[in-house]
Amino acid sequence: MAVKQLSVFIENKQGRLSEVLKGISESEVNIRALSIGDSEDYGIVRMIVSDLEKARALLGENILSKITSVVAVKMDDRQGALYKILRTLEEAGINLMYTYAFTSNKQFGAYVVLRVDDVEATERLLSDKGFELATDEEISG
Amino acid sequence: MRHYYQEDIETAPYEEIRRIQNEKIVRQVRHVYDNVKYYRDLMDQKGVKPEDIKGVDDIRKLPFLKKDDLRECYPYGLLATPLKDCVRIQSTSGTTGKRVVAFYTQHDIDLWEECCARAIVAAGGSDEDVVQVCYGYGLFTGGAGLHGGAHKVGALTLPMSSGNTERQIQFMMDLQSTILCCTPSYAAFIAESLRDRGYKPSDNKLKAGIFGAEPWTEEMRKSIEEGLGIKAYDIYGLTETSGPGVAFECSEQTGMHINEDHFYAEIIDPDTGEVLPEGEKGELVFTALDKEAFPLLRYRTRDICILTRGKCSCGRTHIKMCKPMGRSDDMMIIRGVNVFPSQIETVLLNEGYTPNYMIYVDRKNNTDTLDIDVELTPDQFSDNIADMQAREKTLASAMRTMLGIGPKIHLVPPKTIQRSEGKAVRVIDNRKLHD
Ligand SMILES: [Zn+2]
Ligand SMILES: [Zn+2]
Repeated sequence: MAVKQLSVFIENKQGRLSEVLKGISESEVNIRALSIGDSEDYGIVRMIVSDLEKARALLGENILSKITSVVAVKMDDRQGALYKILRTLEEAGINLMYTYAFTSNKQFGAYVVLRVDDVEATERLLSDKGFELATDEEISG
Repeated sequence: MRHYYQEDIETAPYEEIRRIQNEKIVRQVRHVYDNVKYYRDLMDQKGVKPEDIKGVDDIRKLPFLKKDDLRECYPYGLLATPLKDCVRIQSTSGTTGKRVVAFYTQHDIDLWEECCARAIVAAGGSDEDVVQVCYGYGLFTGGAGLHGGAHKVGALTLPMSSGNTERQIQFMMDLQSTILCCTPSYAAFIAESLRDRGYKPSDNKLKAGIFGAEPWTEEMRKSIEEGLGIKAYDIYGLTETSGPGVAFECSEQTGMHINEDHFYAEIIDPDTGEVLPEGEKGELVFTALDKEAFPLLRYRTRDICILTRGKCSCGRTHIKMCKPMGRSDDMMIIRGVNVFPSQIETVLLNEGYTPNYMIYVDRKNNTDTLDIDVELTPDQFSDNIADMQAREKTLASAMRTMLGIGPKIHLVPPKTIQRSEGKAVRVIDNRKLHD
């Protein structure tokens, strides 16, 4: 069920992000979602892409990257959807490292990506509580 | 297998070594006094005559020579033989100020190469070996010394010089090198390059490496030994004293045997010049006992070191010097605290980082700053910023424990710090710009 995320380590320098992503953006690989966490020295770029292996190859050997499993949850239109998800995690004592939202190209609707330690347990919890989870195919396909 | 290159002298009883030293120093002081005006003047100023030196115990009466003296005497001021008797010069890199030019007669070259041959045999080398010399050739003593030593041993010598790592690896694999000679930082880079090309440590035929010309830590030794699947031996020397081979490590790896039949070592208090007893830490001073062309007496190396004489499992009797704890030139004074780059390297390798780092010292708002760029390895990368920040904090606090002051750690991507093919530059001190 889990969705695979590509994370890239880059120096926090002017123009470095577009330099690193140039190869991917010029290819047919689609970047569905992108979020950046940064410090004074570096940025960590997290992406959901249409073709993980191809995207990694396009980055080249010299760029530090890794693949992590994350949970992607569909958000409905109603107000407070994100809050409900976060509240559910909190009540279950699940530590959320970071989160970001994006909208799918294909389907109508928004997703929220959750980075947690235990992907399986989180997915189980959320489905039990009636949330709809996204799969890799849905998002990247 | 041969255990020694020159067994008689390498395993001679202490009294015998002493007798040889006493004999040589008397002759050497006379030679220098008669032929080197600069040193004769220094002796005269001190009121010391050649006949006052009856053995090595009297060496402490002689004046010191410092790097500044060598610069002042450039190029011929310390030459002790006619130029027509010299067959070679070697020179320091001269990154700061004037170069030092050292002269050699054929006797001096033979003596130097024999010292290197002793080092190669102590590392397990023989005429069956393929010795890949990737120290720089040319004026630098590294290439010439080990090259000559490998010849004396009768090993097949690959005169690679430094650089062109692609070719180094090709020759290493195709010609099955068994002993690698280079700077430790270049050895680490070769190990990394082999790994990048998919080679395991067992894929090469190397069994030993002889690494010197720059300070390196025990942690660096471990990292090179694992990376190349070899035993790594330290070698010590200075252009001023001839080159590498003044001292070398044996299989025990607990210090380097000084070739005492050629070089007399003292440890002095760097502030007072007073000779310290064996086992105490101080500045290492060398006297060349039988070099002809460029015979430095009481040359202050600025290396901080300890000497110990004891029984060694290898059977050699020559006194041992520890790995220099840092050259006084390498020492940085940051916020009043003495910091050596080697301490920083120790912490990095202990904490699982690579030996690729760069130290930046600066002064901002009248306070010294210490910044260290540290390369991240793929295993250490986390997509979670909090993990990365925790990592920086752990490293900074390990540094604070070791150094006494806290640096700012900057994690940088792999392979972004310049690799060295010779002596690595690891410190950039920008404070000088403001002075
Ligand atoms: Zn920084
Ligand atoms: Zn020994």
